[in-house]
Amino acid sequence: MNPLERYAPLVDDPEAFRAACQRPLPSVVRVNTIKATADRVAAAFDAEGVGYEPIGWHDGLFALAERGPGTTWPYFHGWVHGQEEVSALPAVVLDPDPDDRVWDACAAPGSKTTQLSAQMGDQGLVVGNDSNLGRLSALRHNAERLGVTNLAVTNQDARNFSLKPFDFEAFDAALVDVPCSCEGTCRKNPTALEEWTIDHVRSVTGVQKSILSRAIQATKPGGTVVYSTCTFAPEENEAVVDHALQTEDCQVVSFDLPIDTAPGVTEWDGATFDSAVTDTHRIYPHLNDTGGFYCAKLEVTA
Amino acid sequence: MTDERRVPEDDRLAENVGQRFDRLPATPADRTVSGRASREEVIEWWVEQYGVDPAIFEGYSFWEKGAGKVWIYAEKEPSQALPSPIEIEALGMTFMRTRQRHWKPTTVAVQRFGQHAEKNVLVLEGAAAAAFARGEDIPYESWDGDWGYLVVAHELAGGLEPIGVGLYLYDELRSTVPKGRQESLADL
Ligand SMILES: C[S@@+](CC[C@H](N)C(=O)[O-])C[C@H]1O[C@@H](n2cnc3c(N)ncnc32)[C@H](O)[C@@H]1O
Repeated sequence: MNPLERYAPLVDDPEAFRAACQRPLPSVVRVNTIKATADRVAAAFDAEGVGYEPIGWHDGLFALAERGPGTTWPYFHGWVHGQEEVSALPAVVLDPDPDDRVWDACAAPGSKTTQLSAQMGDQGLVVGNDSNLGRLSALRHNAERLGVTNLAVTNQDARNFSLKPFDFEAFDAALVDVPCSCEGTCRKNPTALEEWTIDHVRSVTGVQKSILSRAIQATKPGGTVVYSTCTFAPEENEAVVDHALQTEDCQVVSFDLPIDTAPGVTEWDGATFDSAVTDTHRIYPHLNDTGGFYCAKLEVTA
Repeated sequence: MTDERRVPEDDRLAENVGQRFDRLPATPADRTVSGRASREEVIEWWVEQYGVDPAIFEGYSFWEKGAGKVWIYAEKEPSQALPSPIEIEALGMTFMRTRQRHWKPTTVAVQRFGQHAEKNVLVLEGAAAAAFARGEDIPYESWDGDWGYLVVAHELAGGLEPIGVGLYLYDELRSTVPKGRQESLADL
């Protein structure tokens, strides 16, 4: 089954949704402010003859005209990182302070981890964790190219993450960018649709709920936890947030995004969710000509 | 080569444990693990080899994990303080190789800190810079600086930008850019 048909009824304009999902996405890079400014990156692309277009809502994102970023000098020098436009949202929503301790629970291959580091001016502490050692080596490779020095890398199952290696009790904030069904990446990676199964949706939600719970527990009262996926499945989005609201000390915080979004849904497949989930954001590909995404912001209350 | 700097092994001191991060001792007098470089020696090496201002390393700590592999971690604020030893996968970035006769900075360390170098910087242009980034060795006769590990840089977008570490020996500049970081890039 094509999973997009499962979600078309949720969308304002199903035709536009289907059409957008078919179009390939341009290659996008994020400027790594640890090493360069947007102006210097633009000058280097000019010198090299690489075509690019700034992405309006973020002053450090460029869409490349033709090729992938891997074979450019700015990439080699760690001035930029290839990262889909919507994938830059969660770290912007988390908005860490330079002296925070931030946990990135599912960090590999590190796009958002390194973005957090850059937003913090390479100060404070980012703990990048992933259960997959092979993917962690990709994270380390990326973080070193980008010149990140405020990062500690751990290899744990985030569901029962232990702070034992560290000598503090809780993080100031956490990013929970969980494994998911990934249909939102279909414009980059069409196999995401072919590999989709309802069984996978059902099995992965348990992992998502457990990781989000652990992140809330591991974050100080008053701290922010951002939950994100690249799926449209309400089971993996609103249902996971709803579960956290019922079982953990947290509340949904409303927030604005600089691009068009649809509100989280309160009903799906016979289930109803806490009305607070309408303050979470769904990003459909046709709304801003991007990949698909979901993002929720929670505050830890006790 | 001017950069020989071996820390002698010392039987009276503890042995290095390779699987965890240990903070480097501040000075040689603080050494408790045999053969381990101190913070002072690491910074001195960069000052002597590249003429960097030692102040650029204020706010960073240095750690050893693996035999001789030194890592650099931003540790300025109380929120960044970590206990030593600490058993995690990685901490900051790999910075240099010690426990060998010629200490060697990593490519990523030179890419991050090499712009502060005041000496032993070899500037390549156009095709030579691209060849170096591809990992190729370059015949180079006119070098009158030290032999050993140099900062190799090129001009890009209004400034000198380090490409990586070159080993200069006998009229030849060897690229030490690791395989996984080599790239075929445009001649600028
Ligand atoms: C969507 S990807 C993360 C992408 C990453 N945040 C980025 O921006 O580059 C999800 C990650 O979760 C990891 N993962 C899956 N189950 C996990 C678990 N139980 N604990 C920790 N990480 C897990 C996977 O290995 C995968 O790398």
